[in-house]
Amino acid sequence: MERPGSAWLNFMNRKCDNCKSQATVHLTEIKAGKKVEKHLCQQCAEQQEGIPAGTAHTPINELLTNFVLAHSQGAKELTTNAVCEHCGMAWPDFKQGGLLGCEHDYALFEKDLTPLLQRAHDGATHHLGKVPVRRGGSGVPMKRQADLARLRKELQKAIEGEDYERAAKLRDQIKTAES
Amino acid sequence: MKLTDLTTRAGEWLRGIGPMSEIVISSRVRLARNVSGYHFLSKCTRHQRTTLEHKIRDAILGASISPKTLYVDLQDAPEVDRQLLVERHLISKPHAQSEGARGVAISESESVSIMVNEEDHLRLQVLRSGSQLEEAWEEINEIDNKLESTLDFAFHPRFGYLTACPTNVGTGIRVSVMLHLPALKLTGEIEKVFRAAKDMRLAVRGLYGEGTEALGDFYQVSNQTTLGKSEEEIISDFKGVVIPKIIEYEHHARRTLLNDRTAALDDKVFRALGILRCARLMASEETLYLLSHLRLGVNMGRVKDIDIRTVNELFLMTQPAHLQKLIGKKIDGDVRRAARAEFIRHRLNAA
Repeated sequence: MERPGSAWLNFMNRKCDNCKSQATVHLTEIKAGKKVEKHLCQQCAEQQEGIPAGTAHTPINELLTNFVLAHSQGAKELTTNAVCEHCGMAWPDFKQGGLLGCEHDYALFEKDLTPLLQRAHDGATHHLGKVPVRRGGSGVPMKRQADLARLRKELQKAIEGEDYERAAKLRDQIKTAES
Repeated sequence: MKLTDLTTRAGEWLRGIGPMSEIVISSRVRLARNVSGYHFLSKCTRHQRTTLEHKIRDAILGASISPKTLYVDLQDAPEVDRQLLVERHLISKPHAQSEGARGVAISESESVSIMVNEEDHLRLQVLRSGSQLEEAWEEINEIDNKLESTLDFAFHPRFGYLTACPTNVGTGIRVSVMLHLPALKLTGEIEKVFRAAKDMRLAVRGLYGEGTEALGDFYQVSNQTTLGKSEEEIISDFKGVVIPKIIEYEHHARRTLLNDRTAALDDKVFRALGILRCARLMASEETLYLLSHLRLGVNMGRVKDIDIRTVNELFLMTQPAHLQKLIGKKIDGDVRRAARAEFIRHRLNAA
């Protein structure tokens, strides 16, 4: 089970859907109310999606930037028009009422929700607290979770400060702590 | 346990004996949870809402969260009972006033209450006297774990616990303290607290939470961000930074009043006591205002013959639904104001 905050680490380890080399571009598209995820290497991304290729060793922050850009381009239009197949919630309805209709809306409207969440939660985008036992929270005591939270924060700082050596070390520490 | 048992005594959290209770009236931790596989309430049909209420009620009563648990079906409860629960901080105003299948489970000591079908499927709260946030968190975490063994809560690895409103998503935790800050009000420095709270991304609200006025110099301070921090972090920020800072402000204001404006302070306190002991008609807002000054006088040792518990109890018992429960019938207007004045006179003159 994926733990909170580790989503982007998993993204970095994904293989390209097309040619099985390291995927560095991750897209989520909503087609007819269904979420379709694409994980591509730079070359395939350029050919299929028109996303410009980077250098062979792209720094972490650039990967993140690509990731964010890839998400914001095109995806915005699509999610805004999406209607939840479970509860029938549409983005304009949420904007009006302020309440979501069901648990699936979070994933469906992820792109549009992210900036709202950042504004509401002091820039935060990932959960760092308790995980229910039945969602893989067992065996991770609160203390260790707090340690993970701290490591993830330090990692974020390291990336912001472009200290990639430290970021790589922290990433490994997080991996070890999570396994 | 019956609902009427509640009117005869003050809830545990109002005993006024917890740590730092001269300023921190109570500590509250609330968790928002939804059951996976069911729509959030705004998209629930009447039938789904009823099914959910039964499922959650059975889970709560089966989880033995306290030795005796009272479950109140709010759809059928009379208005005065719902109002009584609001006055005791066991349910929110919207929960009292909304429609459809909904309820609340209350522990015997009233320190635990679980609202069913409020904005989220479950709103768990633990309320304790004085500054006891860590204890409240430990208790609520345990209850959450118990409920989780029978209910599958909606959870997402990135977003955490999923809530109807994205402002609660993540931990779903709302940590709040009820503060009595009469000296800061009297010295005109209360705005400083509001500004400091805003800087720390905290909300300051009135006596009954969101959208209510700060009556009787009571302020509810709570966290606003629920995502990106662990529950322990949110609590320790509160306990370590927020509360001590505001308490220090209030203590400073109390010292200033005592040293530089003794006569003005005593005048406020004893004028309030005089009116409370003699008046024949008391409106609820005026009561809160006067009791606030009396509470300050008792806590600062200016009034020596009245126990703080009596004052705390008066805050609770003089509210409209409590008065009506005590008298046993619906009263309003001057009849209610006269009954309130009589109740206060009786309690304060007997002391």
